[in-house]
Amino acid sequence: MIRLEKRKEPSKFWRIANPFLAVALTMLAGGIMFAMLGKDPVVAIRLIFFDPIFSETFGSYSRPQLLIKSAPLILIAVGLAIGFKANIWNIGAEGQYIIGALFGAGVALLFFPQPGWYIFPLMVLAGAFGGFLWAMIPAILKTRFNTNEILVSLLLVYVAEKILAAMALGLMRNPDIPGFPGSRDLRRYEAAHNAELFAGSGVHWGVVAALIAVIFAYAMMKRHMLGYHVQLAGQAPRAARFGGVSPTRLVIICLGISGMLAGLAGMFEVSGPGGQVRIEFASGYGFTAIIVAFLGRLNPIGIVFAGLLLGLTYIGGELSQMMLQLPSASIQVFQGMLLFFLLALDFQTNYRLRLTRGVRT
Amino acid sequence: MMIGSINIAVLLAALMVAATPILLAAIGELVVEKAGVLNLGVEGMMIMGACVGFIIAINTGSPLMGFIGAALGGMALSLLFALLTQALMTNQVASGLALTLFGLGLSALLGQKYVGLTPPRTPKLDLGPLSEIPFLGRALFSHDIMVYLTIALVAAVWWFLKYTRGGMILRAVGENHDAAHALGYHVKRVRVLAIMFGGACAGLGGAYLSLIRVPQWTEGMTVGIGWIALALVVFASWRPWRAMAGAYLFGGIVVLQLNLQAAGVKIPVEYLSMSPYLITIAVLVFISSGKARGSLNAPGSLNRPFHASN
Repeated sequence: MIRLEKRKEPSKFWRIANPFLAVALTMLAGGIMFAMLGKDPVVAIRLIFFDPIFSETFGSYSRPQLLIKSAPLILIAVGLAIGFKANIWNIGAEGQYIIGALFGAGVALLFFPQPGWYIFPLMVLAGAFGGFLWAMIPAILKTRFNTNEILVSLLLVYVAEKILAAMALGLMRNPDIPGFPGSRDLRRYEAAHNAELFAGSGVHWGVVAALIAVIFAYAMMKRHMLGYHVQLAGQAPRAARFGGVSPTRLVIICLGISGMLAGLAGMFEVSGPGGQVRIEFASGYGFTAIIVAFLGRLNPIGIVFAGLLLGLTYIGGELSQMMLQLPSASIQVFQGMLLFFLLALDFQTNYRLRLTRGVRT
Repeated sequence: MMIGSINIAVLLAALMVAATPILLAAIGELVVEKAGVLNLGVEGMMIMGACVGFIIAINTGSPLMGFIGAALGGMALSLLFALLTQALMTNQVASGLALTLFGLGLSALLGQKYVGLTPPRTPKLDLGPLSEIPFLGRALFSHDIMVYLTIALVAAVWWFLKYTRGGMILRAVGENHDAAHALGYHVKRVRVLAIMFGGACAGLGGAYLSLIRVPQWTEGMTVGIGWIALALVVFASWRPWRAMAGAYLFGGIVVLQLNLQAAGVKIPVEYLSMSPYLITIAVLVFISSGKARGSLNAPGSLNRPFHASN
């Protein structure tokens, strides 16, 4: 009979190979799904994964979009991954993203219409602070009152969405266009606009920030004591406590970093590609980033590739919506399947199948 | 009886309706967690139930078929979770999240053509003279059958966990899976069955939303109720009757908040409608801190994977 046997050491090969395998399986299962929706699966898969980059007709528009969509995913996922490693589950990045955007936009609207070089840097600080603050709620409740951070951080997403709606309809509404929800367009306010750094490239300050975050996270996880503590706390919590790692400090740091990065992502989005505070501003980056973190194996470098891939599915999704009238939700299904396949495949990282003779003892 | 412009009997009646979907999801998750499994996919299974139940009810014209379909839909999704966590030994937190993300996407895809339709009406249960009683008749005895079935389900779960052999085995598996395994119980089989029960309950809760409470299908219509149900299980310290008390308390808050909105209180709607989430957080804080903490009785093997080594 066949049975599972736990490996002595997780297999390095499968750790690296599984994300690729998961993507391939998702394409296959996604193709079947598209066929069931009555679309040509080959065309649909090509539209999602290849045409945004390689097609001559769409490429010039969608290539810069790739960085615009991937940067917030990478920025958020890098932060989340640090926490996930330590078994600290911040799943409310979407909320921190919203609050960061509101803080950033708030600063911009306070200064409007003054010019000034210092306005954008202030917005960056405010965005990071907003996300940090929102993440501190689950962090402090966890450390002070032992409240489950998963539930609190997630429930706060809904609260943040309500605040966003209240702001778009109330305090931050553009006074010049009465009757319409939504703030002023920050892209038209030069001092606050997170513009492209090179025309037509899609590179804005958020992309730069994502790059810096990746480098910092890599250095921290591989070279710094804190990174060692994070890994230790995740793999052997008891040993970590005896080793003098303070769980309280770790919770604050992990949630703080991920909140800050999510806030930054929101701020760069609202002052650039998003443009204004609107009710529909939040587009699920905070949740997709969870998939990015896992697909990237919680490793900063891996997260860059995973972020680019999922960024690609966003653009490909829009493209297939336009060309094939595929429902927008099919991309969500796609992303969910990807995570399923990855998790399922990972059993061979930790276990192996063994054929044994005879009856189990 | 009236307070201001609010009729108390109507308020109580609305409270029971508002509490039912949360209670259904919570009682299912309670059994799952009692078996030592943490399924964070409640929201995903709920929305699948809402969607599948709605589609089937529209196509068959029968709410009953809708509810059955919803239970099966939620169960199907929960089987995916069971496969991942029990057979393939994946991380329960990550798998539950995946289930929620997947469920939200799949339901949006399936339900696309059903937005804006009205489902067949679920009739009120005819309780004869009971519903004629002043005040109580309106508040307690003028509901659809699901409200009462849900209460019966709570009683059944309580009785099952407390007085039956099966319930004892389930609790043993949840408290200490190694000991249960050593005694010869099938840890995984028990857990898979519990997970399926949880999925069916969450599916029913979702269908109650789309078929009775709202009644309509919209994308993402569960708006976090699945997560609130998860919090409710903690609040209830894994005890069925407490879960019911919690759900009714919570239903009361939701209804009161809606009534205040309708009465035109001078607080913007957005701030009123965040109150259920804030109150859930406040309750979680209260229950997990200080003196109340001693009464928490989380199952000992909750969220720990089980792999028999021989």
